[in-house]
Amino acid sequence: MQFLARIRRPATHAHLAAMMETVVRCAEDQGADAKAQGHIELALEEALVNIVSYACPDGTGEMEVRCSLDKKKGFVIEILDSGPPFDPLSQGDPDTAADLEDRDIGGLGIFFMKQFMDRVEYFRKNDENILKLTKTLS
Amino acid sequence: MKLISRNEKGALIVSVEGRVDTSTAPELETYLKKTVDPAPKSLIVNLQGVKYISSAGLRVVLLIAKKLKASGGELVLAGLDGAVKEVFEISGFYSIFKIFDTEEAALAEG
Repeated sequence: MQFLARIRRPATHAHLAAMMETVVRCAEDQGADAKAQGHIELALEEALVNIVSYACPDGTGEMEVRCSLDKKKGFVIEILDSGPPFDPLSQGDPDTAADLEDRDIGGLGIFFMKQFMDRVEYFRKNDENILKLTKTLS
Repeated sequence: MKLISRNEKGALIVSVEGRVDTSTAPELETYLKKTVDPAPKSLIVNLQGVKYISSAGLRVVLLIAKKLKASGGELVLAGLDGAVKEVFEISGFYSIFKIFDTEEAALAEG
């Protein structure tokens, strides 16, 4: 398959900015407005941070991002990592109605992906986790 | 990221400028931890100059607010706009924090 953009890097914090820039620029080229670009940037940061912090914490893993368009003009971002199997969709949402004392610190990253993207899917293929985020471009 | 503090009418105001993401959130955390020790009665965090915040930034706000509350203080937010406002709304932070449109409103009513 031909991708609009594809970037693979060691799974470390140092490579986050370059990957995010590549994807946001690609979304802009496809007509994403400023708001959609912001949503994509945020969802992608949360996904990549989870990879470098939890999936590949020793810094020896790899992460890859690919962009494409689906048939309905949805902007598709596939995020791959070489870490152990982990389905982020199996995690519960944070309790957004809890008060300050009871509110857990954390858990918002995956929640943001679900809230700011139109679709989030998870696959395990070729020993890699694949998180597929789709943002409908109006 | 640029951080500026000042005292006004007994409240401590910290203005944040720039992106609050996973690479800058630790700097904000270190700064605010020092700022709330000893704890002020009221800490107003002005996010007028912030155009992007991710969960790493919200984590710091929540952490400092919990810390402050335990010492009898309160964290108040001001100046949220656009994407930053949307992130705080979706997170349910509007039901946890007092949030004002402007720093002046936070000072007057906070």
